[in-house]
Amino acid sequence: MSKTITKNNKKETISNKSEFKTKLMRINMGPQHPSTHGVLRLVVDLEGEVVAAVKPQIGYLHTGFEKTMENRSYMQNVTYPNRMDYTASFSHDLAYVLSAEKLMDAVVPIRAQRVRVLLTELNRIASHLIYFATGLLDMGALTLYFYTMREREDILDLFEMIAGARMNYGYFRIGGLAYDVPEGFEEKLRAFISKFPKMMQQYADLFAKNDIFLARSKGIGVLSQEIALDYAMTGPSLRATGVGLDFRKAAPYSGYEDYDFNVPTATAGDVYSRFMVRFEEMGESLKIVEQALNRLEPGPIKDPSRHISLPPRDELASSMEAVIFHFKLVTEGFHPAKAESYVATESARGELGYFLVSDGGSMPYRVKVRVPSLINLQALESACKGGLFADLVMTLASFDPILGDIDK
Amino acid sequence: MSVLDIAKGMGVTLGHLFKKPVTVLYPEEKVDIKPRFRGRHHLLKHPDSDLEKCIGCSLCAAACPAYAIYVEAEENDPNDPTSAGERYAKIYEINMLRCIFCGLCEEACPTGAIVLGHEFELADFRYQDFIYGKDELMVGVKGSKWQRREAAKKNKEVNIGVKSVPRKELEGVNYD
Repeated sequence: MSKTITKNNKKETISNKSEFKTKLMRINMGPQHPSTHGVLRLVVDLEGEVVAAVKPQIGYLHTGFEKTMENRSYMQNVTYPNRMDYTASFSHDLAYVLSAEKLMDAVVPIRAQRVRVLLTELNRIASHLIYFATGLLDMGALTLYFYTMREREDILDLFEMIAGARMNYGYFRIGGLAYDVPEGFEEKLRAFISKFPKMMQQYADLFAKNDIFLARSKGIGVLSQEIALDYAMTGPSLRATGVGLDFRKAAPYSGYEDYDFNVPTATAGDVYSRFMVRFEEMGESLKIVEQALNRLEPGPIKDPSRHISLPPRDELASSMEAVIFHFKLVTEGFHPAKAESYVATESARGELGYFLVSDGGSMPYRVKVRVPSLINLQALESACKGGLFADLVMTLASFDPILGDIDK
Repeated sequence: MSVLDIAKGMGVTLGHLFKKPVTVLYPEEKVDIKPRFRGRHHLLKHPDSDLEKCIGCSLCAAACPAYAIYVEAEENDPNDPTSAGERYAKIYEINMLRCIFCGLCEEACPTGAIVLGHEFELADFRYQDFIYGKDELMVGVKGSKWQRREAAKKNKEVNIGVKSVPRKELEGVNYD
């Protein structure tokens, strides 16, 4: 019940419960705030401690990747996608390369496909490890941060071994891979595969049944299935509401149909289920990594066509034709037919795809990236409305936004 | 409150008290560099004839997605050639601020002249000090411009301090 009183010739409504007048207060959170996971600005309307509205303001990390890619050849562009989502770089690399390959009708050798799947799934684990590290850090759980970062370090060491960089790999090429798997990689990866389940058990011991974590996550930031679908959410955040949509199963690419894995789902749609879906996903990803490693057989790693891949280095000294192809590809690149292509892939955050439009030139006429973080972020207000301000940070963290991914 | 679950979590923490830390005290200690690591570039020479491998073809500049490389070629003097080919690079400059260390130049180079090495501490104070010319990139020159300035002040040799095994493409490069 509320009553209306007249004061200073103005009609005001006050609640019966309390004589305190609550006015909407607008709070600016970010862009330089550690718990916004990057340079995200949230304009929050507060009614006391209750969130009345959240408006994410984006664009502080806008880098113009799409436009840059339109001014580089298809071959040069392999260096750009991984810079958007810097925690799951291989997912972006794979999405771009698949789309460009569809445009070129490239044939990717089976070994290259296996290595790609292996690396992308390892990267998914690394990305989820950051998610747990920073997500729980937002509620004050610092310990897990160090343990997850330690295992991520192992994965990054593997990436440095195979791709030559700890971030921004640029290892996939259109039609295959840049270079083959190095010696000693397999043993190191096997050591990691045997170690990681024990580590996952440690994480579970630390937080999965911890009372503070449960109190801060169960029933917090609930998102219904209808709203999640209305906002076209994808990825683990959607699967936490009970929809088992996973593009690795729904529209398999890179031979994902050959692997045996489950798609973890939850039904509650709260912060806790979003955390647990990702936690189980790490185990499933590890299963895929192991299967891909077991099926890794020697073979070519590049499309043999001289119109797509550079000729082998040792041929350059002996064959004039190889030199001509080499010069032509490096200076000009290849010219796909006039067409459009889009391949939906499952990144660590949801549906990710590169829409490439070719006008027949060596550079794409238009590049549009369908990024999961941006589209998932739209549902933030629905999940936070009516909740406490302190839970807003947790809810945001549970959506796993990467600002490089959002702003592009 | 379930005491058991808290104790379980604390057990994990306690167990780690007695383990060796995994952290490395950079810059005093440095982690090992993997052979494929892509750091600062080196311009290589043919080890037996001491001629430069670079023939000034500018393919690296064409391949560079960041437009970081500038090459100006000139004809070799037949009596005293600089490179093994007909032409050589009179000016070869890489802007380390633009470079994204993707390795496409190395892939494009037909003679294997430009190779990405293992040095990664390139910080400096002025913009112009990030433009690495031929004399800085040539094989045998160790360290970044700043590292070499500091070493010259103290009359010492540049110490990279990184344990690394150069891959076979890095012919003649020595980090010890």
